[in-house]
Amino acid sequence: MGKRTIIPFGPQHPVLPEPVHLDLVMEDEKVVDVIPSIGYIHRGLEKLVEKKEYTEMVYVIERICGICSFGHGWGASAVIEGALGIEAPARAQYLRTIWHELSRVHSHLLWLGLLADGFGFDSLFMHCWRIREHVLDLFEKTTGGRVIFSVCKVGGVRKDIDAMTLKEIVDTLNSLKPEIEEVAEVFRKDASCRNRMVGVGTLSYDDAVALGAVGPVARGSGVVQDMRLTGAGVYDELGFEPIIETAGDCQARTEVRIREVFQSIELIEKAVAMIPDGPIEVPAKGNVENEFIMRMEQPRGEAFYYAKGAGSKFLERMRVRTPTNQNIPALVHMLKGCDLADVPILVLTIDPCISCTER
Amino acid sequence: MANIKRSPWLLHYDGSSCNGCDIEVLACLTPMYDVERFGIINTGNPKHADIFLVTGSVNAQNESVVRQIYEQMPEPKVVVAIGICANNGGIFRECYNIKGGVDTVIPVDVYVPGCAARPEAIIDGVVKGLGVLAEKRAAMDVKEAIPTNTAKEEA
Repeated sequence: MGKRTIIPFGPQHPVLPEPVHLDLVMEDEKVVDVIPSIGYIHRGLEKLVEKKEYTEMVYVIERICGICSFGHGWGASAVIEGALGIEAPARAQYLRTIWHELSRVHSHLLWLGLLADGFGFDSLFMHCWRIREHVLDLFEKTTGGRVIFSVCKVGGVRKDIDAMTLKEIVDTLNSLKPEIEEVAEVFRKDASCRNRMVGVGTLSYDDAVALGAVGPVARGSGVVQDMRLTGAGVYDELGFEPIIETAGDCQARTEVRIREVFQSIELIEKAVAMIPDGPIEVPAKGNVENEFIMRMEQPRGEAFYYAKGAGSKFLERMRVRTPTNQNIPALVHMLKGCDLADVPILVLTIDPCISCTER
Repeated sequence: MANIKRSPWLLHYDGSSCNGCDIEVLACLTPMYDVERFGIINTGNPKHADIFLVTGSVNAQNESVVRQIYEQMPEPKVVVAIGICANNGGIFRECYNIKGGVDTVIPVDVYVPGCAARPEAIIDGVVKGLGVLAEKRAAMDVKEAIPTNTAKEEA
């Protein structure tokens, strides 16, 4: 046994745009233990329920994270709708599903780029982000924002998308497909990518279940778990099936996300074909008396929302549990025994969103 | 941008933002906006950086990190606060853990508004920061290490 050294990783580290701190306990080049510490982005926004009315709270929750902001807005709206006992109209549900899947496309492309950057493949990073800009343009056209949209509200959505723009969304995404396919082939076949990912950070099915992994991390290890199966949105009507890979290594998790990009494009296409006419919102009035829970599948995995009313315009408690929070035990497990040079790849492989984790 | 003599190197730190402004900072570097064509590089080392981009309202745990990074940067240096949270706390202003704006911790030279700040606005803020950088350099009155062409001719 060699001498043990502790190497600090972060909070300011070039590979991640967000601050996270890990104490890596090293024996020569091998990581033997990891002590994560968080708190650099903790804002305490759940406490804002005391100062913001429930209709305003949606916009606060949306700002938990700038990458899966639409999903958080939807989750917060849906949980408050549930507590109020109202339901958003069908057209609003379809529009929410379309925007949510669009944000999955943009989030996964962003992550693929960051992963490529993580192993030093800069041109691949640039290509992923170049493609992603077209998705952001669609967001800007339909909601007015590039990363923060504020388009979801309690009772429905604030903006409608007309038929012509819906067609444009589908056309744009279909024209992006060959480009995404080209990038995906590099991740799948290029030797420099495979060397860094195949067999690295393997997480077995049993470990994924025992450590409570969620989202693409769990699905990459063969766990059939996707909150889109639980009934939020219109995924039942679209015939949604979760994507599962079984190898459990970095390559499998990447493959899950690549396939999800194409799946999301298909889901959007189906949703645009099936979207009904009708109102896009119902009025949200009265005080919140009850409590309600809601589970949503964010690009990073399961997010859990809880709201409890206090019989007034203000909620008594709002709780959000986010996917990265759930994946940190799996990350610590993966890091033990890896090389120091693989640490950035493994940290990226769970698609960490620190601002979600700490809120 | 003809008056710009040197390409500044940037350092980005997330002082408890929601990620929205951070990915927009990165978007500035990628092909759609591509500031790297002007030689502007996002560096990870504070001692290489001229311009410090801070996003997010600084929280209690981040305060010392932001201050340390700022102190490590060589003079002259410019701080650009990106997004409404970095300007004054924004939507999180009333949170218990929030200091409220980067200027409560370190001096800020340029404020870029927006939630999230758009890449165009961030680039504009950096260009404004270049002006401040030039002023600061002039005020320091340092001798240039590499003689310019005009200096050679005079000699």
